[in-house]
Amino acid sequence: MSTIAPPTPKQEEWRYADFAALKTLAPERFDEWETVELAPGETRRECLVLKGSAPELHRIRLVVGKGARAELFAVNAGGDYARLEVQVHLAEGAHFQFGGVTIGGGEATREFVTRTVHAEPGATSDQVVRAVHWGQATGNFLGRIDVARAAQKTDAAQDFRALLLERGASANTKPELEIFADDVKCAHGAAIGQMDEAARFYMAARGLPPEAARALLVRAFIADAFAALDDAGEQERLLDAALAVLEERA
Amino acid sequence: MLKIDNLHAEVGGTPILNGLSLTVNAGEVHAIMGPNGAGKSTLAYVLGGRPGYEVTEGSVTFAGQNLLALEPHERAALGLFLGFQYPVEIPGVSNVQFLREALNAQRKARGQAPLSGGEFLKLAREKAALLRLDMEMLKRPVNVGFSGGEKKRAEMVQMGILDPAFAVLDETDSGLDIDALRIVGEGINAIMRKPDKGVLLITHYQRLLDYVRPDFVHVLSKGRIVKSGGPELALQLEEQGYEAVA
Repeated sequence: MSTIAPPTPKQEEWRYADFAALKTLAPERFDEWETVELAPGETRRECLVLKGSAPELHRIRLVVGKGARAELFAVNAGGDYARLEVQVHLAEGAHFQFGGVTIGGGEATREFVTRTVHAEPGATSDQVVRAVHWGQATGNFLGRIDVARAAQKTDAAQDFRALLLERGASANTKPELEIFADDVKCAHGAAIGQMDEAARFYMAARGLPPEAARALLVRAFIADAFAALDDAGEQERLLDAALAVLEERA
Repeated sequence: MLKIDNLHAEVGGTPILNGLSLTVNAGEVHAIMGPNGAGKSTLAYVLGGRPGYEVTEGSVTFAGQNLLALEPHERAALGLFLGFQYPVEIPGVSNVQFLREALNAQRKARGQAPLSGGEFLKLAREKAALLRLDMEMLKRPVNVGFSGGEKKRAEMVQMGILDPAFAVLDETDSGLDIDALRIVGEGINAIMRKPDKGVLLITHYQRLLDYVRPDFVHVLSKGRIVKSGGPELALQLEEQGYEAVA
């Protein structure tokens, strides 16, 4: 017997989800979490590419020990609703690095939802998300940050930017901060815009066809999300995975 | 080489060019001077094919083709270079990456083999040295953080690398100090003063013309050429002003 209540749009972390797609998932899927624990001082990195054709739900819990460093980089290019949800618990001096790109067209919603708990003093988190969409697609980033009373000297940053290539595409972001300590830094930036027409004409005037100019501009735009990834090969792999979706569009 | 005939163009429904005619033959440098609002930059953008600049009448033939029927990147591949008055910043895209892709896209369109990374860097180094631009700057994002003068020198490095048959240079001299003006002038001569090339220099001032001697000088006013002459016309304009001369 299942006791799992499926999510509703009234829950903040589900408000932009595609509920028609969620209905196709078995109820027990909503209770499935991959839990990863990092020992004190440990550094661990994971790189993900979501590129399925059916609705996808990936949920990860990261328990990051004292002074440990958890890095997660992801391309969300699902062909249908695709959600990567991450809950992070940071012990003293721990760090969480997140870089995400949602990219794609069609009618799909692709989203990152993070909840980062700064439970102890001196922990840091840095999240950079870029969204590139066209058609009727939607890209979301919902980042919640909880700073516990004891978590002084917390430094948490979130940066979201969306590039909408066509009218009809959309992006949503909603930072949520719950801060109970007084000596903390929480920075948040968000911007949604279109392709820079001046840059496109400049590139065309030098001989670049429109598709090539667009690919260069999109690559530069999404590269921010993986700038903190200290492995050039992995960086390239993720960028190529994202740009492959753009090429399929052409 | 370039033949503009009775060109009318408008921007946002406002007529800017009103029957402009001009022929530039291979081996010639023409200067276009004129007061603010005469249509100088509009002429440059119309030739480059910028969206929003609509041709309502007239024709432009370049290298035997109807230029106006071509997309901006096709015009570039045909050998047309547009030097921007305000070069655009492109964060995250390095000059080297941008120019190599642009050059190889042009070469592909012309049926030529692409340059390898090594070949391209050798070419870029040579042209950067010609314009005395630090090669390190070409590794940085396009025009980002460049001073006004550096942007103009970088434009000329781009021109050197792309080696066009024809250059339309829109106020390339603005924002340059005296030394940079000389370097840019000498760069234009080295790259473009050749029997098989042509240049259209758009400028407000005589001073660039001290370095790049034009064969013809035209005065543009209210969207058409109202007076043409030799280099002496530029000096006369400098002394007496547009209103007295044109």
